[in-house]
Amino acid sequence: MRSGSTTAACAALVRRDLTLVWRRRGDAANPILFALIVVALFPLALGPEPEQLRRIAAGVVFVAILLAGLLALDTLFRSDYEDGSLEQLVLSPHPLSLLLACKIAVHWFTTALPLIIVSPLLGELLHLAEPLRGLLPLALLLATPLLSLLGAVCVALTVGMHRSGMLLALLVLPLYVPVLIFGAGACNAAQAGLPFAAPLLWLGAALVLALVLAPLACAAALRISLS
Amino acid sequence: MNALTLWFHKTGSPPTAYRLAGRIMPWCYGLGLVLGLVALYGGLVLAPRDYQQGDAYRIIFIHVPCAWMSLFAYFFMAANAFIALVWRIKLSEVLAMAAAPIGAAFTFITLVTGSIWGKPMWGTWWTWDARLTSELVLLFLYLGVIGLHAAIEDRRQAARAAGFLALIGIVNIPIVHFSVNWWNTLHQGSTVRLMGPSKIDASMIWPLLLMALATHVWFFGSVLARTRIGLLELDGGKDWVRAIALDDDKEAHA
Repeated sequence: MRSGSTTAACAALVRRDLTLVWRRRGDAANPILFALIVVALFPLALGPEPEQLRRIAAGVVFVAILLAGLLALDTLFRSDYEDGSLEQLVLSPHPLSLLLACKIAVHWFTTALPLIIVSPLLGELLHLAEPLRGLLPLALLLATPLLSLLGAVCVALTVGMHRSGMLLALLVLPLYVPVLIFGAGACNAAQAGLPFAAPLLWLGAALVLALVLAPLACAAALRISLS
Repeated sequence: MNALTLWFHKTGSPPTAYRLAGRIMPWCYGLGLVLGLVALYGGLVLAPRDYQQGDAYRIIFIHVPCAWMSLFAYFFMAANAFIALVWRIKLSEVLAMAAAPIGAAFTFITLVTGSIWGKPMWGTWWTWDARLTSELVLLFLYLGVIGLHAAIEDRRQAARAAGFLALIGIVNIPIVHFSVNWWNTLHQGSTVRLMGPSKIDASMIWPLLLMALATHVWFFGSVLARTRIGLLELDGGKDWVRAIALDDDKEAHA
């Protein structure tokens, strides 16, 4: 049997994943609702003083989006594992890491990008400082793909487990620490009037590195879990 | 196959490794105990009081060797995980997974003794200092490896998955350390300084180094003990395990 070209396989995979998300577009709104609720909890717990909220706004939005992404990670391979199409991907003649990179990209596009789009709203709820309005989405734009890529490796390790939620958090969060420090750090530095280019550049460098290495690691991890 | 590879494969086979570990283990424990007691005597009794910290500094004889061990155990685990993933050596899988709980214990002791030391010295149990934070992240990495290993039914697959996680973690450790350093110094200058090795007196350094040696030896004893159990679990249905179980049974009834 002749197999099609790798490009065609990737395109088909992307089209399929996007269609699946579109058919269940109600679910796609869940991460946004979750982040919104988490952000809304902070004024309730800390009191409504704008000054106090402004100081922690960028960090809280970052953490809320990180947690929303963490909850959404589980859907990356879950349904594909259950209907067996994940095993077909592993068996396909095309490079697994490339196919997984497509899956991760679609997942980022459908879960993280909407979060970035609503991040100004989340910031506004917490009276985000004026100079951060542009910087926060930019930092998120660099940080969230990194979170998706790192998370995908850990999801690949826990794929096939029944209750992997808490365990996944334990595996993923230590890996998220540097991303959080640099992403939220850039915002805090800007808020304090300090130069903030360096952490963003570090994030960019880490993102380039992860774009190359994480799909390979993800493929290796998936082969271990499905063996 | 030359003599060296033959020896290597023989030693790596579970029954031989089990017996060898059983023979080495008591020596490691004994030596670790003796060295540890001598070092404790040297540290708690012979070493002079610190002119600034008084007797409170003496906790370094536990704290610092455990902190060294927390990293050493991780490197040991990651190196064995690498060998296990690349060459598929069963013994390395078991060794790597045996090291994880011990390393986690050392990390935990480091954090606890550190905060006991911190209370009289800095006036607080915990501060978000760079070193403390990276040690805490290290503990989470250990717990993740242990959790993943425990969550997967198949023992070999569990060891491979957890070993892979340990390898991701080892890439992460320097990044965490660097980022946490950067994060801490952004907000404020380092207010907390741990004692530099150059500033330490010779009467204090020998118990410290001896204790470090003792913890290493004890670590290997503990790894071997856990490895023996791990090998028995892994080869549960095999003849050599059955022979051991039957022998034990006979001794119990004799």
